Parts: sequence; structure tokens; C-alpha cells
Amino acid sequence: MIRYTLTRGVLLIAGLLVSSVLIFLTLRVFPGDVAQLIAGTQASPATVEALREALGFNRPLVVQYGEWIGGVLSGDLGTSQLSGASVGAELAEKAQVTVPLGLMALVIAMLIAVPLGILSALWRGRASGTALSVTAQALAAVPVIWAGMMLIVVFAVWLGWLPAQGFPRGGWDHPWQAFRALILPALTIGIVEGAMLLRFVRSATLQARGQDFVRTAAAKGLSRNRALVQHGIPAVGLSIVTVLGLQVAGIIVGSVVIEQLFTLPGIGRMLVADVGTRDLIKVQSELLVLTGLVLVVGFVVDLIHHFVDPRQREAA
Amino acid sequence: MPNWLRVLWGGATGRFGLITVLVIALVALISVFWTPFNPFDANVRDRWAAPGWPHLLGTDNTGRDILSLVMAGTRTTVFVSVGAGIVATVVGIALAALGALTARWIRETVAVLVDILIAFPVLIIAMMISSVWGGSLWVVIWAVGIGFGVNIARVTRPELRRVQQSDFVLAGRAAGLTPAQNLLRHLLPNVAPVFIVQLSWSMAVAVLAEAGLSYLGFGASVVEPSWGILLSDLQRYISIHPLSVIWPGLAITITVLALNLLGDALREATDPTLRHRSAETHTPAVVA
Repeated sequence: MIRYTLTRGVLLIAGLLVSSVLIFLTLRVFPGDVAQLIAGTQASPATVEALREALGFNRPLVVQYGEWIGGVLSGDLGTSQLSGASVGAELAEKAQVTVPLGLMALVIAMLIAVPLGILSALWRGRASGTALSVTAQALAAVPVIWAGMMLIVVFAVWLGWLPAQGFPRGGWDHPWQAFRALILPALTIGIVEGAMLLRFVRSATLQARGQDFVRTAAAKGLSRNRALVQHGIPAVGLSIVTVLGLQVAGIIVGSVVIEQLFTLPGIGRMLVADVGTRDLIKVQSELLVLTGLVLVVGFVVDLIHHFVDPRQREAA
Repeated sequence: MPNWLRVLWGGATGRFGLITVLVIALVALISVFWTPFNPFDANVRDRWAAPGWPHLLGTDNTGRDILSLVMAGTRTTVFVSVGAGIVATVVGIALAALGALTARWIRETVAVLVDILIAFPVLIIAMMISSVWGGSLWVVIWAVGIGFGVNIARVTRPELRRVQQSDFVLAGRAAGLTPAQNLLRHLLPNVAPVFIVQLSWSMAVAVLAEAGLSYLGFGASVVEPSWGILLSDLQRYISIHPLSVIWPGLAITITVLALNLLGDALREATDPTLRHRSAETHTPAVVA
């Protein structure tokens, strides 16, 4: 057990390190002259030189990398080269929109996927089961932006129930308004991610159906579906946790697009803006935080999986 | 007709996927030579024409014909998804070969690297590339290609190793084939099925990614025909002309659905164990 956690932990740290090197190299080395890039093609050589000096780009790369990572480890994500504001502070502020949005989307996705996925497996062969899985298949192919636009058309334009865009100026000072502003965006991500998750729940349930212990329970007098719900589903729960971990990446990505569509002041929109203005140091730290998040979720999911599933524990 | 193609054609899923993908490719080809109107011809007198004759899907805020714009967008979509498919193939095969056929320490390093790279969402790769080189369709191609190449490598690697240990590869080696010859003649053809399925799925992701990234400004430029650009153009008028955004969205959804279904059907057609299982339990034709 301890051995597994340690091995997996080492892999996590390696993952974070490799990610940071990849991000650093892509953003600092490949573009060639970063100072020129920031200053623009019109800038005079003197301006570029001054900028290079000021931002410390004239020092060896290893030193620059070490300084960045050292800062990140001590909680300093650096400062924006355009506004001079602290990246960490801005991330924390924007997280107040993105984190609740992501959590709401996750809850919606699960509320859709788990019951409907199990039902569509139980109803397999019936028209209702086929209809469910066809709908899920189609919804999973819908681009998130378009799904969001359709929801805006129905719930904001036609029915006028919910705001189409924006977030209250004071943020969570007006909890109800803030919550209302997040409903449509969260629904958008939740429905599309939920449709993808539904397919996994369905196939996991179908797999459980073929397991020996479910058959045994059925042979002992439980109805096939009862046997599946009582014995099969708990066993399936675990693989759902794994897939859910993967969905977190989908939700993070979805939130970048959706924040743009609903003009929400979150991390995704901040990132898009920073990539646009080429605030490279900021982008560098933001990308590392996002990738780190995905890696950490993967780590946690693996550990849960390992400790809950006795078969995996024995195998280790 | 090869057996897998017959199986593919035999199922409703595969048939729908195959026909739709062919139709999309055809529309893309036609749009190079002909669209009902010039997709970029603005005619202010015709702005917001309702769907009907001669503008079958109506016009946008500058009087451009929406059907022509959607048709021309198909071109971009096909270009991007084929491009991403090629990059994914090269990256995937190279990583899988490195991870399966080389010295042990290289194999293990590559395996760990692939595991780490898989955690990088395509969008993050796209942002990394885009913040350096600016937005373009190449950003989408490289981001999806790299992102899915890693996936392909992960799925193909164990398959490659399994085949490598099989008798005919050993026989080939004994007969004096070089590792490269063995790779081309015996290994690749045998892992092709696994790999084609992945390819089909990565092309579907490429279509979605093109739309999303172009919408965000990392993909197609505003003067290129693209479903994502069209969505973001029309979005500004969504409260006045809500129905116009339906067409590009439908085009994306149908394309992605077709590629997904094609991938599913290919998987069933090329995986004998799966085919056997679904045959004995009478799975409905369109399964998730």
C-alpha cells in the first residue's frame, strides 16, 4: 500500500516536473527572442534590449527556469509582464468563478450520467434503452459552444428565465445572482460531459452484467436486474470514479470555451486573454497550474481506485 | 471486399458513419469549385434573408449566404481533421515504436513520458503553441495531432509488443529481416486495426477542436471559412436571429457523430472478440 502510494507519488512529481519543463521550453525557447515577441516587430533594438534586461531574459535558461520553479514551489507564480499584478492573486480571484462552475458542471454531469447510464444498460434491447443511448451518442458529438448557444436561445432569449451572459460585478456578494449566472454555463458543460460519461456508465454496467457473481445472484433467485443493481453496480462504481477523473480534464477545457461564450470572469477567459496579449510569464504559470490540477486529480483517482478495489491491492 | 469492410457495411452504425463521412468529403470537394454564392460576397441589401429561395439557409448580418459559408467551412474541417490525423499517425507510430521496440531504458522512459503527456488536454497544447506562433489552423492540427498521437501510442504500444513476440515476427527475424523491415512488413499491418479506430476518433476531436479553437481565436482567421468562426460571427446576433446559429452547429455535430460512429463500428469490425460478444447478445445496431 505504502509502496504503491510512493511509486505513484514519484510518478506525479516526475509528471509535474516534465510538464513544467515542456511548458517552459515551448514558451521560452521555441519562440526565439521572447523580448522581441513581447515588444512587437515595430520596436527599436534598444527597446527590445531594455525589455530583455528588465525581464531577465538575458540570463541563462537554467537560471530562469530555476527561478520560476523556485517561485512556484514557494507559492509565488510570478507577476504579469504587462500589468505587474501578481499572477497568483489573479488566479485566486478568477477561481471564484471557475471552481464553482466546474463543480456545478460535475454534479450535473453525474446526475445525468449515472442514473441514465444504468437505466440504458438495464433497458438494453428495448426501444427506450436504444433511444437513450442514441441520444447520448448524439449529444456527446455536440460542440460545447453550440450547446451553450442553444441553451441561451431557449432559456434566455425565448423564456427569459436566466441571464444570457455576464457575472454580477460584486461576485459572490450577491450569491443568488452569481449562482443564477452560472446555471446555464454549468448546464452546458454538464449536459455534454454527462452524455459522454453516460456511455461509460452504460458499458461498465453491461460489463458487470456478464460477471459471474451477478449471474450467481440471479441464479439464486434475484431477478437479473435486481442482481445487477445489488451486486453489479457497486462493483461498477469504481470504474466510474476513474472515468470521472478523466472528465475533470474535459470540464476544465469546457470551462475555457464556455467562460468566453457567457463572458464569465474566470480562469479560462483570463488564459485566453493572456495568450492573446502574449503575456508569456503569466501564461506559463497558468498552464502549469491547470496541468498540475489535471495530474493531481489523476493521482487521487488512481489512489482511490487502488485502495477501494481489493483485486488491485492484491496485485500490487 | 475485405472482411472488415463487409462487417462495417453490415451494421447500421458503420453504414451511417461511412456514408456521412463520404458525403462530407464530397461536399468539401465540391465547395472548392462551386458554392451557391461566393461565401465572402457581402450584399447589405440581402442581410438577414430568411431561409428560402435563393438563400436556402438564409443570410447573415452582411448578407453572406449561410449555406455557402457552411459548405466552404467543410473544406477547412476536412483539411484540419486529415492534417491532425496525419500528425497523430506519425507521432503515435513513432512513440509506440520507441516504446515497444527499443532498448529497455528507452522503452521505459518513453512509456512514462507518454503517461505524462496524456494528461495534457489538447486545448492546453493548443494554447502553448498559439501563444508562441499566434493562432492558425496549424495550431489545431499540431495540438490535436500531438494530443492524440500520444493516445494512439499508448493503445498501440502493448499491441505492438504482443505482436513482436509472436511466431511470425520471430520467423521473420530468423529469416534475416532487419528490424525496420520487420516493422513495416509484420508489425504495422498487425496493429493497424487498433490504430485506425483511434484515428477515426482523433479526427472527430479535431473537428470539435477546430470549431472551439477558431471560436476562441486560436484557429482559423476571421477571413477563412470555418464553422467555428461562423458560430462566433452569428453569436453576436443570437438574441435577434437565434435560428441562424443552428446550421454551423448542426454541421459540426453531424460530422463528429459520423466519425465517432465510424470509429465504434471499426472497433467492432476489427476486434473479433467484441464482434463475437455483440453477436451473441444481440446488441442494438447503434450502441454507445
